[in-house]
Amino acid sequence: MTRTAPTSPPRPRRGGSMRRHQARTAYTFLLVPLIFFLIVRFLPTLSALRLSVFDWNILKEQQPFVGLENYERLFADEKFGQSLRNTALYAVIGVPAQIALGLVVALMLNRIQALRGLFRALYFAPYVTPIVAAAWVWQWLFSPQFGPINTFLIWLNIPPQNFLTSPSQALATTAALVVWQNLGFQIVLFLAGLAAIPRSYYEAAEIDGANGTQAFWKITLPLLNPTIVFSVVTGTISYLQLFTQVVNLNFTDQGGPLGSTMTVALYIYQIAFGRYQMGYASAITVVLFVIILAITLIQLRFLTRRYDL
Amino acid sequence: MKKLLTLALGLSLASASAAPVTLTYWQYDYASKVSTMNELIKKFEAANPDIKIKQETFPYDAYNQKVASSVPAGQGPDVVNLFYGWLPQYVDSGYLQPLPAKDFPIKKIESDFVPMIQTSKMDGKYYALPISVRTLAVFYNKDLFKAARLTPPRTWEDFIAAGAKIVKGAPPRFTTLGFGIQPDGQDYHMVREVLVRQFGGTPYSKDGKTATYDSDAGRKAMAFYTDLQTKYKLGVPNFFPGNNSYRDAFIAGKVGMIIDGSFAINTIKNGAKFEWGVIPLPVMKDNGVRSNFGSYWVNGITKNAKGEKLDAAVKFLKFLTSETTQRTWLDSVGEIPASRKLAGDASLRKDPVFGAFVGSLPFAHSTLFVDEAGQRKAWVDAINTVLLKGAKPADAIKQAAADEQKILNSYYK
Repeated sequence: MTRTAPTSPPRPRRGGSMRRHQARTAYTFLLVPLIFFLIVRFLPTLSALRLSVFDWNILKEQQPFVGLENYERLFADEKFGQSLRNTALYAVIGVPAQIALGLVVALMLNRIQALRGLFRALYFAPYVTPIVAAAWVWQWLFSPQFGPINTFLIWLNIPPQNFLTSPSQALATTAALVVWQNLGFQIVLFLAGLAAIPRSYYEAAEIDGANGTQAFWKITLPLLNPTIVFSVVTGTISYLQLFTQVVNLNFTDQGGPLGSTMTVALYIYQIAFGRYQMGYASAITVVLFVIILAITLIQLRFLTRRYDL
Repeated sequence: MKKLLTLALGLSLASASAAPVTLTYWQYDYASKVSTMNELIKKFEAANPDIKIKQETFPYDAYNQKVASSVPAGQGPDVVNLFYGWLPQYVDSGYLQPLPAKDFPIKKIESDFVPMIQTSKMDGKYYALPISVRTLAVFYNKDLFKAARLTPPRTWEDFIAAGAKIVKGAPPRFTTLGFGIQPDGQDYHMVREVLVRQFGGTPYSKDGKTATYDSDAGRKAMAFYTDLQTKYKLGVPNFFPGNNSYRDAFIAGKVGMIIDGSFAINTIKNGAKFEWGVIPLPVMKDNGVRSNFGSYWVNGITKNAKGEKLDAAVKFLKFLTSETTQRTWLDSVGEIPASRKLAGDASLRKDPVFGAFVGSLPFAHSTLFVDEAGQRKAWVDAINTVLLKGAKPADAIKQAAADEQKILNSYYK
């Protein structure tokens, strides 16, 4: 057997180097965000994992290793339990409410022609309003003393409610604020989803004798599935990380009254930056991360549907 | 070459000794404090041309966080302004140096300053000293008092009677409050350091390691305070939205009386569009126990200041805590002086606004906090279980004591 020189198929040299060059440029540009994310996202996440096994109080000279002690403390911490339950409640109230309301409003906006832009702007305005300002206005709206909402209730012969200052009503009121703020964004998502459904499907359904309700359940809703999945997943994550609204609605007793509006994210903040127990706060962060990851994976697994029409 | 090196070394040494020492001073951002401090720094630098002071300020909400994260990293200030309640943690962590005894003799400190500053003595050493101190008093709306034909109350009984005449509306729809009740304002300090003592108890053991208010006096204090809302219906917490609810409502003229600190004087002076006055905290009966809650901000030297910086820092601290500076502070910032002598000044004691605050300095107690945020939460939550959930005051005080003890135990373990 004679050794033959390895022959390479003739290649268009110029084009190849060009493609390689382009790829290299693309990688270079992609590398920047990658490094950025490594440094500002993953590195802190990993160090949180490390901190969580230390008794890391920034006001102490010694930061002893304590193993899983911080995690054990979590089980006995009633306030953590309460914040976890509250956070779940926020998600359970908020996500379905904002998706259902968003869908209803988007369908209505899709129907009308006149003043469409105005209504869209009106619904979108809360989303771009600074949360601090919105929280301030809500405090006045729901004030037991001066709030127009209570004035309205009295006019209806309903006794005035305490809303934000009542441990049993504060969470629902806070959730309502978040839903109201997110609604505009939700509507925009649905409007985009609706616009992506070809008119021909509805025309075909009409010819087959389908009525409006049938068209909604058989065409609109299934084809909105990607939008709904996206909304459920991102919505749930944002409710699990709820923080700013809660902080600003009751500034002197954040998460109060009596911890009734406390969220996990706010609890982490208070433990870390109010009481400087970084190790314990990191342990809670890790637990929250695991919960969010698990819920997101479950949602993606069970909500995603493929519809072939 | 060698010559050149020696020359360079000589030059750098010469320039080092000629260059002034620069100290960094930190305090939180409060307009009148910052501008007064700038004036004081100018004065100090004129007297000490070899020392330069750089003032840096941060928003109040982020201040403690900023200090806590910078000093351990070896950055941050040489001289720092701290809330006295944070001291145990900062001293424990070794971020503050004890004040040199030769420059600040303990005996002299204790005879010069009002008694409550002894809370910041740790292991027999002082780590920091205040320029000014603050106590609590009752601010009242003279116009509302006049309209109801009332005189300023001296006892709690009068206080309740006056509040009852001023309050308008019924819970939860009040239009005017008799008393701007606000547990998470200054009220919880008042219950702990004033009412508990007035009912014959003490809130803490002498070493500060045990909460001792789950007692008869504590139960009475909690019941008395919560009765102001539940029984006498003088007002509700969070009457106005916002983070200074009771004070904002008072400034708006919607509240007859509030209990607030001397630090609120300027805000109220600038905001209120009516006649208002200040009276001392009420007593149970004439000649009954007087007590007050005192607090203060201190200036300490961090571990960053070494060598000639330390010497400069000592000079600066001496200047800051001098009587002249305290006088300037009173005039420009409106905070009452920490010096016994100045506080005993007859004109200050008779002052219609400062008088009530200064007068209570001899019997003002400050609490030794080890975890200010946590200890505050224990109290606010306990009070709220009574106000919002109808819990028994006795159970609430028990809960507060248990929660706070847990925090104390984890610190002193």
